Amino acid sequence: MSVFINGTGCISPQRSFDESFFEGHSENYTSDYLPCVLPVYKDYINPVMLRRMSKIMKMGVTSALIALKDAAVEVPDAIISGTAYGCIEDTEIFLNAILEYNETLLTPTAFIQSTHNTINSMIAIIKKCTGYNFTYVHRSFSFENAILDGMIQLENNEARNVLVGGYDELTTNQFNIYKRMHLWKYEIINSLDLLASTSPGTITGQGSSFFIASNEKSETTYCELKGLKTIFEPKEPDAMKSSLNEFLMKFNLTGADIDLCILGLNGDKESNRWYNYVTENYVPEQSLAAFKHLCGDYQTSSAFAFWLGANIIKRQIIPDVSCLKNKNIEGINNVLIYNHYNGTHHSFFLLSKC
Amino acid sequence: MSQKVFVTGLGIISSIGKGVDETLRALKSKKSGIGQIHHLNTIHKGIPTGETKFSDNELKAMVGVSDIEGFSRTALLGMIAAKEAFDDAGLSKTKHTTGILSGTTNGGMDTTEAFYRDFLSNDSKNAYITSHDCGDSTERIAKYLNSTDYMTTISTACSSSANSIMLAARLIKNGIIDRAVAGGTDGLSKFTLNGFNTLLILDKEPCKPFDDNRKGLNLGEGAGYIVLESEDIVNSENKLVYCELKGYGNANDAFHQTASSPEGEGAVLAMRKALANSGLCPEDIDYINAHGTATANNDVSEGKAIETIFGWELPLVSSTKSYTGHTLGASGGIEAVISALSIKEQMLFPNLNFKNRIKELNFSPLTEIVEYNIRNIISNSFGFGGNNTSLIFSKC
Repeated sequence: MSVFINGTGCISPQRSFDESFFEGHSENYTSDYLPCVLPVYKDYINPVMLRRMSKIMKMGVTSALIALKDAAVEVPDAIISGTAYGCIEDTEIFLNAILEYNETLLTPTAFIQSTHNTINSMIAIIKKCTGYNFTYVHRSFSFENAILDGMIQLENNEARNVLVGGYDELTTNQFNIYKRMHLWKYEIINSLDLLASTSPGTITGQGSSFFIASNEKSETTYCELKGLKTIFEPKEPDAMKSSLNEFLMKFNLTGADIDLCILGLNGDKESNRWYNYVTENYVPEQSLAAFKHLCGDYQTSSAFAFWLGANIIKRQIIPDVSCLKNKNIEGINNVLIYNHYNGTHHSFFLLSKC
Repeated sequence: MSQKVFVTGLGIISSIGKGVDETLRALKSKKSGIGQIHHLNTIHKGIPTGETKFSDNELKAMVGVSDIEGFSRTALLGMIAAKEAFDDAGLSKTKHTTGILSGTTNGGMDTTEAFYRDFLSNDSKNAYITSHDCGDSTERIAKYLNSTDYMTTISTACSSSANSIMLAARLIKNGIIDRAVAGGTDGLSKFTLNGFNTLLILDKEPCKPFDDNRKGLNLGEGAGYIVLESEDIVNSENKLVYCELKGYGNANDAFHQTASSPEGEGAVLAMRKALANSGLCPEDIDYINAHGTATANNDVSEGKAIETIFGWELPLVSSTKSYTGHTLGASGGIEAVISALSIKEQMLFPNLNFKNRIKELNFSPLTEIVEYNIRNIISNSFGFGGNNTSLIFSKC
């Protein structure tokens, strides 16, 4: 059975919620971390509801509503999402209040909205969707786990249209805490210079991307989602050889059949050696693209890469700002996304033209 | 897809005991674990909770880890219960693909809240920074069990671990994994204690599920995991089984962020889906291990949902949260272990502290231990965000 991507909705550091990005308009930042370009939320969400929502709730719910509208699906059969940190802003608000006032004078709103399933729940309430509802919170496999679940739902005929997405927000405290772990670059550089950087660390970002996965092709279909694979803590880049071979063989493909490889290059030398190994050994002649200089590196950034890949196939255009190497081939039929976070959580997605 | 999925191992730690044997003894002697807070550093020590009886250091000693490695209470409790289930099922590293699926709402919040100011100002507690997120405890469990083939973490509030069990069955039936350790873990934290306290739904006395004078829930902590294995493995390896996980249903109430709909629509849908999925009829169900938090809202909503499905022919119902407290993300796992024990022992455990039937309902919960021919049990787990899941465990 085939799984089709029939709708997308993306809010990111790029203007990705409308046509702008693929019309050639891109954003760049010279700042600690990448903020998002936001749509006018009241165009999507009732203002009464909007007033209480945190940043990630607005982004998550709105990107989901954009995806549903894009696919002309009124109510999905299932809502499945992935997030590493969930509603971290509300979590911090409630945590800071506990610490500051020594467990007194607390109000419940931030606590209620701090649970990881808040966004899925809001979407269910807004769309009156009583179907399957699931939130994955497994680090950089969160979005991958959500996609796998969506595919199983469709393959088992448990659902016809699945709303599936990945999102994470960033707060100043979180930025500062992980800076202590040396995850980010010390110097502030322009985001478009990230890939050429030779210093350790990366630039972090945030965003939310939702998709409609369906077992039927429609007028709005972007691509077919062939499959995905996750690999935990491979020892050396060499270990990717058997993983990638095994993954592509499932679809009777080899590296030579890939037209475009979208890579999670993040400007960190240690991190990049994984990508370099795969491109040199598997897709030496293919077109290459990158995305973390556009959305920042965060644990569900593969959802942004998925949005980029699905749109590239549908539009048959590789935006210049994302392109590392364009072999100017006839058509873009098979897109391989390879991403890893921190060298520990690796994933492949295969998207194909249909 | 036609494969059956069986429960072959159990592991549990909660305020009523460490391990299956202690838990069973407490259940049989109607001994609740609800009491004073001893270990959590909070100003609310007077609020009764189901805190496990061990300090962080005692838990670390049990799993043999040191302070410097940044273990949260959630991870430690999870490792203890998951290891018990893993060993109980006699699992070892073999050719089978093993999934570690865990639900949690709190993650490493207990250590984050203790060290948050250090995180922001100095390097002394850096080992705990990456223990904050929910995935940390799952990965520590997976590494402890030397099983990192497939891991995932689910956070759907109080149905998190029921969902991890449901997902494990779906992954086994779809051939993605052969077997799983599935359940959940949550350590007590100031964050959740104060959160529920601001919602004014914590009883200042031991909780009274399904009682007309119920005043709210008692928070608890702990972990519960079951081992699920495919029919193929059980047959080829001639494994002993506790029961079959025969059905599961997941639905959303789509009503309110924290409150259940008055008629329990999401609960009705979850139980109906589980029944349909198991091929059983309502009259086949002998007992419901209810979500039964003892909040005004949950118990009447869940009770109405049960009446909608079962009419006047109700199965026996009890909430074992009167023993353990509400262990949030761990509750579905803990209650799955208790349900499996009920089937093995052919014994149902009562709803403690019940006196008066809820006016809006036509039934009272089970208040005494009964020995009974138990064929099928529904275990309900409902959460904030309307995330409702029902599991059906059946005698083999």
